[in-house]
Amino acid sequence: MNEKIKIHIDGKECWTTNGTSIIDAAKENGIFIPSLCHVDGIKPAGSCRICNVQVNGRNMTACSTPAVDGMHIESNIPELEEMRKAIIEIMFVAGNHFCPACEKSGNCELQALGYRYQMMVPRFPYEFPEKGVNADSKYIYHDRNRCIMCKRCVRGVMKDGKHVFAFNSRGGENLHIELDTELASQLTEAEALAAMDICPVGAILKKERGYYQPIGERKYDKEPIGSEIENK
Amino acid sequence: MSKPVVATTSLAGCFGCHMSLLDIDERILELIELVEFNKSPIDDIKTFTKHCDIGLIEGGCCNSENIHVLKDFRKNCTILVSLGECAIMGGLPALRNGIPVEECIREAYLDGPTVGLNKEQILPNDDELPMILDKVYPCHEIVKIDYYLPGCAPRADLIWNALIALVTGDELKLPYEVVKFD
Repeated sequence: MNEKIKIHIDGKECWTTNGTSIIDAAKENGIFIPSLCHVDGIKPAGSCRICNVQVNGRNMTACSTPAVDGMHIESNIPELEEMRKAIIEIMFVAGNHFCPACEKSGNCELQALGYRYQMMVPRFPYEFPEKGVNADSKYIYHDRNRCIMCKRCVRGVMKDGKHVFAFNSRGGENLHIELDTELASQLTEAEALAAMDICPVGAILKKERGYYQPIGERKYDKEPIGSEIENK
Repeated sequence: MSKPVVATTSLAGCFGCHMSLLDIDERILELIELVEFNKSPIDDIKTFTKHCDIGLIEGGCCNSENIHVLKDFRKNCTILVSLGECAIMGGLPALRNGIPVEECIREAYLDGPTVGLNKEQILPNDDELPMILDKVYPCHEIVKIDYYLPGCAPRADLIWNALIALVTGDELKLPYEVVKFD
């Protein structure tokens, strides 16, 4: 099982172990493949589509596709980079991403990708959705208007074996992620903080935690997202 | 050759972007050597006296006067630049976009905790006052905008680099630290 395999990413020879996802294999070899829904230690969902790479000319999500010996993967090509930028722009207009007024600003992965791709303005019209907020639980403030539906919280925030976040339905226009207020109220402060950290945007915020880091010292103020992998 | 002419305005903004323009510090002396300012709060010229090359727009459109001024800028400027988050996406004023206008006005003039005595329950309703729009619009949803400089406020270096690039025709330098959305 732990057999070493060789793959090529953008022409670079990379080594990894059999069964590793393409995104993790790239990371091991100092190559950053952007993603918003992938988070270490949680089963991949392939929902944000930003990590799309080309394998034998076919688009595959790098988070949910295991690397196979001899694979030739293209990631940093204009076609994919342009598509990733378009997806980021869609996410910016589909939600209410008021960066200047958001407590996650500076530590937000969507914003960081906006910086990395130098998004000066989204090409699509703003939707300004009204999906509501839920501030009823003790430590968590849940703003559905900022949610990008990456499902990280659905997959990763548990309390006593139960999911704290879940989709309200299977589809349709009113599809959104709901917070189980009662269950969320049982979260400890540390668990609420972990829930905030699992959210790539500012949809899940820990109450009484706003703006705790000064501008200039936040995660993506000085270095672009992914540079920690590329400069390793 | 005469100097390029720059006009600026603040629509539904807080003047923070103009403050950031002043944050170029002593480079402002260099700037006035390079360009001439026309209609702008900086020199207090109220109406266009000539066609301008560059128009810097701060703020989005929240009322009929903003639309009027923005269209006037489009007519009188060759290049329009959306300066800052409010011009680009509505910014903080657009936080009201999910709330009906009537509710906003009631909160501001009747029910809000900071409202003083308004015994007659007066709501502003004078012909002289611009009409509030149903929501706050980004500038590029009203007129064509040529360039965008994000930030709240856009970093002084971003404004400086962009103006210099526009005036000289050199490539715009965009170091990582200058393109920010907050």
